[in-house]
Amino acid sequence: MYKYTEFDRAFLAERNRQFRSQVERRIDGSLTEDEFKPLRLMNGLYLQLHAYMLRVAIPYGTLSGAQMDQLALLAEKWDKGYGHFTTRQNIQYNWPKLRDVPDMLDALAEVGLHAIQTSGNTIRNVTADHFAGAAADEVADPRPVAELLRQWSTDHPEFQFMPRKFKIAITGAEKDRAVIKAHDIGLRIVERDGELGYEVLVGGGLGRTPMIGKVLNDFVRAEELLPYLEATVAVWNMIGRRDNKYKARIKILVHEFGLENLREEVAKEFELRKPLFDGDADMRLLAKIAEDFSAPEFETASTAVYQTAYDADPIFRAWADTNLAEHRADGYSIVTISIKKHGDTPGDASADQMRLMAQIAREFGHDELRISHEQNVILPHVHKRHLPEIHARLKAAGLATANIGLISDIIACPGMDYCALATARSIPVAQEIATRFDELKLEHEIGEMKIKISGCINACGHHHVGHIGILGLDRAGVENYQITLGGDGSEDAVIGTRTGPGFSYDQIVPAIETIIRTYLDLREDEGETFLQAYKRVGIEPFKAALYPEAKSRAA
Amino acid sequence: MPREFTPKVITANHLLEGDVVYLTADDTWARSLIEAELIEDEAVAQLRLLEAEKQVDTVVGVYLADAKAGPNGPEPTHFREAFRMRGPSNYAHGKQVEL
Repeated sequence: MYKYTEFDRAFLAERNRQFRSQVERRIDGSLTEDEFKPLRLMNGLYLQLHAYMLRVAIPYGTLSGAQMDQLALLAEKWDKGYGHFTTRQNIQYNWPKLRDVPDMLDALAEVGLHAIQTSGNTIRNVTADHFAGAAADEVADPRPVAELLRQWSTDHPEFQFMPRKFKIAITGAEKDRAVIKAHDIGLRIVERDGELGYEVLVGGGLGRTPMIGKVLNDFVRAEELLPYLEATVAVWNMIGRRDNKYKARIKILVHEFGLENLREEVAKEFELRKPLFDGDADMRLLAKIAEDFSAPEFETASTAVYQTAYDADPIFRAWADTNLAEHRADGYSIVTISIKKHGDTPGDASADQMRLMAQIAREFGHDELRISHEQNVILPHVHKRHLPEIHARLKAAGLATANIGLISDIIACPGMDYCALATARSIPVAQEIATRFDELKLEHEIGEMKIKISGCINACGHHHVGHIGILGLDRAGVENYQITLGGDGSEDAVIGTRTGPGFSYDQIVPAIETIIRTYLDLREDEGETFLQAYKRVGIEPFKAALYPEAKSRAA
Repeated sequence: MPREFTPKVITANHLLEGDVVYLTADDTWARSLIEAELIEDEAVAQLRLLEAEKQVDTVVGVYLADAKAGPNGPEPTHFREAFRMRGPSNYAHGKQVEL
């Protein structure tokens, strides 16, 4: 885990001192809201529907037990006892008061956390594969370079007033768990002739104009990554559109200017900037950072306790089958803790639950936790012999739902229950879908299924890449939900296709049930997932089931 | 032809608390929609909006929201304002329990 240096601590203390003073000046009237707003946004503070909202970055999704405990403290002391983990590895507090926010930021700084650049037209929190450092299929741990990028992008003087926000995600594995193709820049660590470098994707993004990222450069040498990224962001910052916020993201530049042209401009800019960087010094810094991320010493011990529990306890077995992933070390597992109990709000955890997860991480998980973009919590390094004990403790706290990758493991943005931008609710739709399929006892039979729900076109809920995507809109003053099918956020990323007219709030859950029943009827066997079946049969059978009246009219 | 004016209330978020507030007839900010002044005349609405917008040290994001007369006072006509008046639907938090 990265340990803050004296420089980091001093920087953060100074930044927090500045923000405290900005808040005071806003309250005493020396700053207008127009002056204050960009300052508060750069420090993660939004004004939402019912209250302020503080968005705290969890860089590359990694937390220690002490950091998680502090997130719990914030939830209890300055909020309503819970926090909301988001699709970009942040945590949001929905109810802070303006005067309390500087104290919250100081409390975060005590454990090396901050809310800098979680909003505003800046480079946002750099996200990473939540299985980093633990996954069996990894070339290298992407977190050291993600930390390097955090340091490079934080308060970067050239990149504080960009055309729009800029999001970077990184993975070190072939299997993409970080949705890198839906980011402004997606990075993948690759190996070529024994040398580690980076594949750089550009122009991915969801929102109003969804686009899949394209390869800008198939191999950037490690010591050239910073100047290359800086050149890319700089070119967009200089020629990207500022006339229309909906056309300001780099994906629009790629679309209008062309990938080839952008590549050429970046290459020119790179030549100018490269001499300004000291690649050797950057590599030394990276190596120093990487020391903090060295893998724990994995133990060799018997897994008999695990096997006994697996054979004897069907509840434990169901959880183990869905919530564990393969670890690179023998005898270890990656544990995904579902914070999506059926009927609960996806991504929410209470202060007590946070503390319990922190405690489990300390006792059994080398003091490490991860937050996934899918809004769950991960214990990346757990020896299998501890799993029955961990499961029992999680179960007692309502945290042992065996639903990872299943229909109730839904991504949902806060929607109109909290967000000022939302056009419809997302959370209750997610709650009702989860509850409905739990009642039907169909969840495990359906198998792998990613439902993603956004409460507006900005697509924080990643609906375009959901196997089933749901987009909530305001149609003539009434909530209306559009469905897309066949989206995929993996390394084979695909934008989903809209089925047709939307559904009312009361009709959306039955519509999802219709889609699922159609899939169960037409799949070849239990091994054919929804996405595979969809690719085989296309959208038509689902449309026919969803809109029977259209079919009868045509007949 | 210009659209017919529909009744409005003036609403904003409180600077310090962040919560939803409504302008009353006596120029104070109320937490509850039913205490708001329901403005039925467009010219009055514009004038009241300008006055409200001057209160920059108390409120943020002042705007006119559609409302209609109800037995106890103004009521929302759009679901967004209904949520602002009540609070979120996933927890009993906000105005639905605080007022």
